[in-house]
Amino acid sequence: MVVTGPSGAGKTQLLRAIADLDPAAGEVFLDGAGRADIAAPLWRKQVAYVAATPAWWGASVRDHFEPDQFDDATRLLEDAGLEGNALGWPVDRLSTGETQRIGLIRALARSPRVLLLDEPTSGLDEDSRQRVERLFDRLLGDGGAIIVAAHHHGRLDERARTRLVVAPGGIVSRVEQ
Amino acid sequence: MNYVVLDLGDVLIAATLLLINGAISVALALGLGRSLLVAAVRMVVQLALVGLVLRWLFESVSPWLTLIAALVMVGFAGYEAMARQEQRLAGGWGFGIGALAMGFAGISVTVLALGAVFQPDPWFQPRFAVPILGMVLGNCMTGVAIALNQFLTQARQGRRGVEAMLALGYERDEALAPLRRPAARAGMIPIINSMAAAGVVFLPGMMTGQILAGVEPGQAVKYQMVIMFLIAGGTAIGVLLALFGASRRLSDDRHRLRLDRLQS
Repeated sequence: MVVTGPSGAGKTQLLRAIADLDPAAGEVFLDGAGRADIAAPLWRKQVAYVAATPAWWGASVRDHFEPDQFDDATRLLEDAGLEGNALGWPVDRLSTGETQRIGLIRALARSPRVLLLDEPTSGLDEDSRQRVERLFDRLLGDGGAIIVAAHHHGRLDERARTRLVVAPGGIVSRVEQ
Repeated sequence: MNYVVLDLGDVLIAATLLLINGAISVALALGLGRSLLVAAVRMVVQLALVGLVLRWLFESVSPWLTLIAALVMVGFAGYEAMARQEQRLAGGWGFGIGALAMGFAGISVTVLALGAVFQPDPWFQPRFAVPILGMVLGNCMTGVAIALNQFLTQARQGRRGVEAMLALGYERDEALAPLRRPAARAGMIPIINSMAAAGVVFLPGMMTGQILAGVEPGQAVKYQMVIMFLIAGGTAIGVLLALFGASRRLSDDRHRLRLDRLQS
């Protein structure tokens, strides 16, 4: 599903509400199970939100993965066009594109079933963008779902089953294809 | 005990030092004259009142009056700890969490000291209970105020890092731990410093007072050691309780960060 709309339309707010990061009205279901019946940490392990500019809580890239995810993370980093030793990099020296890709991999390494992506490719060059989109394809191929919020229409649009256009105040249009 | 009995005249002699301070303030146009005078008058009035209350309290040896005195002290400590915070929890929670943490820490440490160390008869003897609780609370208050201020300020600044952890399914306690750790350390630094510097950089006030009052230095030193340990233990308990309480209040049962519960 792709959500587009102008800045300030509430795209980020929608993704954060689905992830249950802000108190919000409304119900969300995953395979028929209501979010309210699932403990919040468990919900977010399955429905992971990736911010437009991911933030860090540790000093090095490695600090943001659990030890049993290091192997997967290394593979994913290489798939995304980063060096395999990126795990050892200090986070305060990452470029915008590196930050964005590592933030995404940090979520992918935890094998979520649904990814909530906020402008996931806005800071990436053409090559990185294609690599990242291949990672998305893999998740979708494995039966996962992705909800993307984006400024403009992008490559993910073509594959989207639902397209939502939002504006301040609510939904402008909803197209199923 | 062979202590020198002071009368009002002795206090007045010491007070003349303030005149020198005042003169300097006027001569250099420091503009401190007024606040100096107000602070000095406050000190005299407050201490004189406390002297009266203490005399009355010590003579009564009542468990209820002692408890009321303890609660009033905890209340003031809770208020003072919140008074100069840059960030505080909205709606009385800052005071509540601070006062509860300090009250529990101060009273439990004091009861322990009364029961196991000083063993006065009766055990709640206000002549022991009130000064011990006062010293523990006074220091605990500094630690709790620093720790809470640091934690809440960092929660606002480090919001995105905390939410990044929450967004990936970490529990609220895990996501707030990176903020709690430095805050706990900051809260403990003053007492660690004063333990490390005691006797080398400064002579603790209580010990000095006891020596002036004629207590043999060996005994005064032992009293001071006990008090230092009580303060360190009380501060650690108070800081940890306050931080866990604030963590709870700053998040909810859906493990969201609730910065809206900070007073802006």
